[in-house]
Amino acid sequence: MKHLTLETLIAVWEEMFGRGLFWLMTGVAVVVTVAYVFVLLRDRHMSMRKFLLAQLSMPFGAIAAVLFVQGITSSGFRDIGGPVDVLVLLAVAAAGAIGLAILVYTAQSLLRKQD
Amino acid sequence: MSESPYLRAALPSRRDFLAAAAGGVALAGLGAPVRAQAVRTAAKIVIVGAGAGGTGIANRLAERLEGATITIVDGRKDHWYQPGFTLIAAGLKPAGYSVSSTGGWLPRSVNWVEEYAANIDPVAQTVTTAGGTKLDYDYLIVAAGLTLNWGGVQGFDLAQVGKDGIGAVYAGPDYAEATWRAMDAFTDTGGTALFSRPATEMKCAGAPLKYAFITDDYLRRKGTRDKSQVIYAAHNKALFSVPIVNEKLKLLFRDRGVDVRYDHVLKGIDPTARTATFTIPASQAIKDGAITDTPATEQTIAYDFINVIPPMTAPKVVQESGLSWADKWVGQGWIEVDQSTLRHLRYPNVFGIGDINGVPKGKTAASVKWHIPVVEDHLVAALQGKEGTEVFNGYTSCPMITRIGRAMLIEFDYQDNLVPSFPGVIAPLEELWISWLMKETALKPTYNAMLRGKA
Ligand SMILES: Cc1cc2nc3c(=O)[nH]c(=O)nc-3n(C[C@H](O)[C@H](O)[C@H](O)COP(=O)(O)OP(=O)(O)OC[C@H]3O[C@@H](n4cnc5c(N)ncnc54)[C@H](O)[C@@H]3O)c2cc1C
Repeated sequence: MKHLTLETLIAVWEEMFGRGLFWLMTGVAVVVTVAYVFVLLRDRHMSMRKFLLAQLSMPFGAIAAVLFVQGITSSGFRDIGGPVDVLVLLAVAAAGAIGLAILVYTAQSLLRKQD
Repeated sequence: MSESPYLRAALPSRRDFLAAAAGGVALAGLGAPVRAQAVRTAAKIVIVGAGAGGTGIANRLAERLEGATITIVDGRKDHWYQPGFTLIAAGLKPAGYSVSSTGGWLPRSVNWVEEYAANIDPVAQTVTTAGGTKLDYDYLIVAAGLTLNWGGVQGFDLAQVGKDGIGAVYAGPDYAEATWRAMDAFTDTGGTALFSRPATEMKCAGAPLKYAFITDDYLRRKGTRDKSQVIYAAHNKALFSVPIVNEKLKLLFRDRGVDVRYDHVLKGIDPTARTATFTIPASQAIKDGAITDTPATEQTIAYDFINVIPPMTAPKVVQESGLSWADKWVGQGWIEVDQSTLRHLRYPNVFGIGDINGVPKGKTAASVKWHIPVVEDHLVAALQGKEGTEVFNGYTSCPMITRIGRAMLIEFDYQDNLVPSFPGVIAPLEELWISWLMKETALKPTYNAMLRGKA
């Protein structure tokens, strides 16, 4: 099969993380996203206080994501070899930052009383 | 966007990987593939070899065909993910990284005969196993890989690997791990590291070069590079068969201070003296109208660490089958297939997948990934009395590791064209982190998906 399909993509992801872990991670991502949408709908607005804390968490998410990727691939900042590598690094950092921010915001909304 | 055939067809997983990194959400719109209806047939299909190619095609055929008797013959219980050997020998993965069980990848509907094939008779259309079982076939797929002829290196014994500075990355996962121990010990102190490749066709012609780069990197990391010499002995006048890649590699070796010796073919080693002997073939030169003949000579080079890679040929059973080319690669035994359809030129009910094919390029797992759909197409079409349309263009891929953390994603075809999967995004001749990330994380999953017939 030479053509890119969602099925191929899922097959590769399953192999990359192991079937169980892949679907577990997908499940967690779905649950967090749904929870995030749920609190937004429930509260009818974005709480700026919670958003502030979420924003403060972003650099940590970014750094953690980059170190995680470098750790599992035995590589480091010295291996950045061209512009595309910088883009990949930024994408990883952005994914980590946004992911953690959403998690922190959602967690606050679910755990704390509405403010 | 212009429709590059490579962008569409090359190793989807690499794009999958990028897409994955990018979130991949938009891809949901691509939907599920249109599944072809199963083809009913009573054909008897025998596959010789359950490695990368045999396993992949077995899964594809099991899915495509209904009623066929599919038998796969291979005596090896362990499946080896061979591209992982380089990472094992680099100390980055344990030996187990490359090992899984052959049976675990095979579909239930396929009958696995756990024996080696001892005879293939394309006239009588039979395969006989080492245990004497005779299997009749209507269609035969040869996917027996290649044989490493360790006897072709005098004085070398696999039992030496890991000791006295001797490595053999190709020999298997445990030997790759033993090679790492020898290389790790060598790079602690430094000395002369010696690398070479055989003069025969070989699988993954980039692997000998990668290991030279990796060893150089460890010497640098450990601060012993200054005290060391890294020698690469090429079997002819080039480091790599694709000219533009060859030029780039020459530049990189110059940059790393690698001492290149051309026209050196490894003949044997003396493990006690720690020397390797190379044959330098006879040559002729014309200067000022006068022809000078230089006879073949031998050259001995001392080493502290060596990675031995032996000559490679088709397995004996294939060499004796009458399926090999008579006038090409004489003595090596690769089978006489059409280079576009991978169908045998004299026996149209025989196909080849993988390293066994007598074609000018493509002894890599990445090529196997392209062989499988071509053979599937032509075989299934034949079963329906039709002609297949898929074509193999020689696609070969070699993630050339240039140090731990960086690689070049080199992809090319029969014409020596570079055929990058991500043109304009990942430059094939640049040492990049992203190319390393792919080698490290995406290639094995892609390979495994290929084994399952899913990529
Ligand atoms: C060190 C190293 C590094 C590599 N790096 C890369 C890389 O980076 N990228 C890449 O794409 N490729 C790489 N390769 C090459 C890749 O592994 C092979 O090209 C690929 O496995 C070929 O698949 P195959 O099915 O032809 O052979 P194999 O996967 O070798 O399978 C052949 C099978 O045939 C069986 N067999 C042999 N004789 C018989 C018999 N008489 N009867 C029945 N069965 C038999 C064997 O037991 C085996 O299971 C590398 C290989 C090595 C050794």
